[in-house]
Amino acid sequence: MVDLSVKIGQLTLKNPVMTASGTFGYGEEFADFIDLSRLGGIIVKGTTLHPRQGNPYPRMVETPSGMLNAVGLQNKGVEHFANIIYPRIKDLDTRVIVNVSGASVEDYVGVCERLNGLDKVAAIEVNISCPNVKQGGMGFGTTCAGAESVVSAVRKAWDRTMIVKLTPNVTDITEIARAAEAAGADAVSLTNTFLGMAIDVERMRPYLSTVTGGLSGACIRPIAVRMVWQVANAVQVPVVGLGGIMNGRDAVEFMLAGATAVQIGTANFIDPQTSVKVVDYIEDYLTRHGMSSCSELIGAMKR
Amino acid sequence: MKQVMDFKLKANEKCGHGYSLLRLVPVHGTMPQVKPGQFAQVAVSNCREAYLRRPISINYADSHEMWLLVRRAGAGTNALCDLPESTVVNLMLPLGNGFSTDVEGCALLVGGGVGIAPLLMLGKRLAARGTEVRFLLGARSMSDLLELDLFRRTAEVAVATEDGTLGYKGLVTEHPLLQSTDITHIACCGPMPMMKAVARIARERGINCEVSLENTMACGIGACLCCVEDTVDSGNVCACKEGPVFNINRLKW
Ligand SMILES: Cc1cc2nc3c(=O)[nH]c(=O)nc-3n(C[C@H](O)[C@H](O)[C@H](O)COP(=O)(O)OP(=O)(O)OC[C@H]3O[C@@H](n4cnc5c(N)ncnc54)[C@H](O)[C@@H]3O)c2cc1C
Ligand SMILES: Cc1cc2nc3c(=O)[nH]c(=O)nc-3n(C[C@H](O)[C@H](O)[C@H](O)COP(=O)(O)O)c2cc1C
Ligand code: FES
Repeated sequence: MVDLSVKIGQLTLKNPVMTASGTFGYGEEFADFIDLSRLGGIIVKGTTLHPRQGNPYPRMVETPSGMLNAVGLQNKGVEHFANIIYPRIKDLDTRVIVNVSGASVEDYVGVCERLNGLDKVAAIEVNISCPNVKQGGMGFGTTCAGAESVVSAVRKAWDRTMIVKLTPNVTDITEIARAAEAAGADAVSLTNTFLGMAIDVERMRPYLSTVTGGLSGACIRPIAVRMVWQVANAVQVPVVGLGGIMNGRDAVEFMLAGATAVQIGTANFIDPQTSVKVVDYIEDYLTRHGMSSCSELIGAMKR
Repeated sequence: MKQVMDFKLKANEKCGHGYSLLRLVPVHGTMPQVKPGQFAQVAVSNCREAYLRRPISINYADSHEMWLLVRRAGAGTNALCDLPESTVVNLMLPLGNGFSTDVEGCALLVGGGVGIAPLLMLGKRLAARGTEVRFLLGARSMSDLLELDLFRRTAEVAVATEDGTLGYKGLVTEHPLLQSTDITHIACCGPMPMMKAVARIARERGINCEVSLENTMACGIGACLCCVEDTVDSGNVCACKEGPVFNINRLKW
């Protein structure tokens, strides 16, 4: 028997496979397709202090081996999450992690204060990397000072595990990762989507209502793997890797590059069973390679 | 319950100009229960350009097989139309809400182009429960009118073609049947301008009306919020989950 469990901050996950925020709803949407208790964790939709309508339609366009989205953090706010969603998902036999977003430092802190009362929220993922909102969002994640301001304020308001989600839309992601670590992050996750754009040439218009949007899917994987490898070599805290993971092989690639855990995003749309297939693959991989636990795999790339 | 299932392509029948009727049977297990107006997310495994699944309405389903009627609109639907028989196709289904089937009085089912697809099953379901059903089907030309015999076997059919090769010459929305005083309910699926025109007529005449939207989708199950439609009552809602069928009273157009 191999030991699939991994540790991120104070949090132990039964296996290193989580589902990425914004691609898995609140988990319930996938309950018909998979046994949610087989997942290491579920990272729910980006949650803000106040309800957000998000951006106007159209919000999505397919691109080569990927997609651009401009959802813009549509959600009903943390109060709705606490009163309506949380009671439905709190007893799932997996880790429920809330992705927290805001337009100001106070917004982030406000969400955390409300989540403090919800015991079964195992951790938060602080999203300083959303490319689809005008204020805040990615703005905080593109400078060390911005990242530091959000992470240190949230650290004071939240005792449980804090993962900080980084944007790849920066010159040197390792600097931002170090700033997040110094400000108290228990882990960093990367990457969020890459800022992109696509034009309908016949209509001579952008496909997205916001013109630009976030690129995700298989097409970003090699860049995400590179960034995970760089960050894993730059910080002491665990790194959660994501970006274009389509199957178990891809997940192992991120772990070899130094990721302690992984998240499955866009792949959930293509095969709703991807996440559990990845769990099976990793278990089989460890067995085939004579490894007894994930720790032997993390960062094990040979040079 | 929604499922992700493999189907085998029993037959791929070319019809009209650039359409294919895909007749599918489950590889394992039984056919899920399907409501008229629900759709499937189809994995297009024979097409590199189709990374995401393609949403396609369920044209017909019984306990043995299911039909999808596909129009060539781009790379993904082209690949689907060209699928060789016996290929295994992976589907997520049944998705979405479907049309209302508890309709009293006289229902007019208005379809344009490939939008007729979900109306066949709806007509059968309504007729079986005793609702009076009439179809009004529109197309550019006679050869674009699909499954006409099947519709005719289900209920009375009126036709409008833009070139006048069959039935009324003009747009479905100009057809006198839409002005008939008997109609108490309209169900409509087709190109956006057609649905908007039908909705306008229904509003003017105070007729209850449902339309089936084709917003671009990624997940098809309410998880990604990419497919939203702005509603009067709840703002942005997922067309894949709360739709694709909407009562026009909820829509802002
Ligand atoms: C609920 C629902 C039910 C549908 N039912 C059917 C059906 O029964 N039969 C059928 O042939 N088609 C149906 N469609 C439309 C079908 O999904 C699109 O034609 C298809 O996704 C286009 O993919 P493609 O790769 O062929 O073309 P692409 O190259 O992706 O696009 C070609 C053209 O189609 C347009 N398009 C792309 N996605 C959609 C979309 N989701 N809806 C409408 N236009 C789109 C693009 O803007 C472009 O102009 C349905 C769509 C929805 C949302
Ligand atoms: C439709 C959609 C919505 C998303 N919403 C969020 C969000 O609310 N918060 C967040 O941190 N990331 C969000 N993301 C980013 C994903 O969590 C993930 O970082 C990104 O898609 C890269 O991974 P992937 O290529 O595996 O999808 C979203 C992505 C998509 C495609
Ligand atoms: S397509 Fe994902 S929510 Fe509708």
